[in-house]
Amino acid sequence: MDFKPSVFFEALTSPAFIDGVRITITLTVVAMAFGLALGLLVALLRASPWAPLRAVAWGYIWVFRAIPALVWLLFVWDALPQLVPAFKGDWFSAFAAATIALAMNEAAYAAEVFRGGLLSIDEGQRLAARALGMPPSKVFTKVIAPQLIRVTIPPLSNDFITMLKLTSLASVISLQELLARTQTLVASTFRFVEYFSAAAIYYLVLVSIFMVIQAQLERRFVWISQHTAGTSALSRVRQLAALR
Amino acid sequence: MSEPPLGHLLDAGLLGEPVAAAREGTAEYVLEAIDLHKRYGHNDVLRGVTFGVHRGDVKAVLGPSGSGKSTMLRCLALLEPIDAGEVRLEGRRIGVRESGGRLVSLPERVLAKERSEIGMVFQRFNLFPHLTALGNVMIGLTEVRGRSKSEAREIAQTMIARVGLAERASFYLGELSGGQQQRVAIARALVMNPKVMLFDEPTSALDPELVGEVLAVMEELAREGMTMVVVTHEVGFAKRVADRVIMMDAGAIIEDAPPAEFFGNPQHERTRKFLEAVH
Repeated sequence: MDFKPSVFFEALTSPAFIDGVRITITLTVVAMAFGLALGLLVALLRASPWAPLRAVAWGYIWVFRAIPALVWLLFVWDALPQLVPAFKGDWFSAFAAATIALAMNEAAYAAEVFRGGLLSIDEGQRLAARALGMPPSKVFTKVIAPQLIRVTIPPLSNDFITMLKLTSLASVISLQELLARTQTLVASTFRFVEYFSAAAIYYLVLVSIFMVIQAQLERRFVWISQHTAGTSALSRVRQLAALR
Repeated sequence: MSEPPLGHLLDAGLLGEPVAAAREGTAEYVLEAIDLHKRYGHNDVLRGVTFGVHRGDVKAVLGPSGSGKSTMLRCLALLEPIDAGEVRLEGRRIGVRESGGRLVSLPERVLAKERSEIGMVFQRFNLFPHLTALGNVMIGLTEVRGRSKSEAREIAQTMIARVGLAERASFYLGELSGGQQQRVAIARALVMNPKVMLFDEPTSALDPELVGEVLAVMEELAREGMTMVVVTHEVGFAKRVADRVIMMDAGAIIEDAPPAEFFGNPQHERTRKFLEAVH
């Protein structure tokens, strides 16, 4: 077996690698943030009483779920500047292109998650909020949104992990994220096993950290009081069951 | 009805409007429905509903399911637009405005303001699960009335004690029984100091042993002079508490009489049949 632990550990701690990790994390977070915002907008359009808006939202989801992320990424990076001169400027970096492409891809999936979440909230919630005299904006922010966040944390966490891995596609447009750095190092050393293993470890660690964050986030959205939280594990489970 | 509505809270300076303002309405009725019509597709749910509720009166609404009782309440609460007719609150037409000789529905933002004058209690409670019992009672004060958190908390605490749940104020709804949830829902509506309270079968979703505690809170409210419209299947409650009882059938009111007359000598054949069936 040809595996040199020293090369492996050197790869794990090399500044080039860590810089790649930094870009991977940044791209994931930024693309996800834009993707969620756009996805929520698309989901709200899909619930619009006005048919043309619903059609636009439906069309968006249809197109962006059908196009492979890699195809869309290459389109944004290579074809978009030809189509729209504004994208020929210096600002249009590989990072910007990857952000636009991945965010637009994510928005199609997030829109469906949000739509499902909105459908899962009992109509009585909106009714009660309106009956109290809340204007539409407050009905959404104070009553619907907190419940929407709760039900969408698990599926959107899945999307987040998918996004983390999709960022590796940006290596094809020369963005120096984790995979691109790995390939550069592999090309100069031919130590495939050590470098790809090190990259895999980084992805594993990043996803693990995120899973811990997700668990804490979910705990914040369990709506039970201190009275119950302090009691036995069994009654806690019962309370959770009652809430679902 | 000697006690002013929620008099002790007003005296304590906890609620905004002075007692006099609440009692000096010149209109004959606090809430009035005039020839309400509502249709869903080809289905006429309300076909000309007319009635009024005097200040401090309790109106019980009976009728078979599908007779339009819930739809009527939702129209009165401005949660459903009506197709024709008028809803008047203290003599003032609500829910619509005139534009070029035609009546148009008010924008949602303005409707919201008018809705805050009318309290609504739902069959399935519809409490907000992300808030504690106290949070549910506070939210209308902070988000609709613009009260500060500390003010709202003080008022809400008084109100939640009034429905007998002071010790449960910090509980979430999964930790409350159905009867307790409905009492929180009543407190949530009541804290807005509404001119009238509408109840949509408030005990129908409850286990039988929990019905009493909710009816007790409602009876107490009636004694204090709250104007109420109660859609209910609780004949006993209607007999004891209501000033007038309405019978609805197929989207119309077929009987409107004081309880003694309504239950003792119903005029309409449908009413007689209905009362036999529920007894």
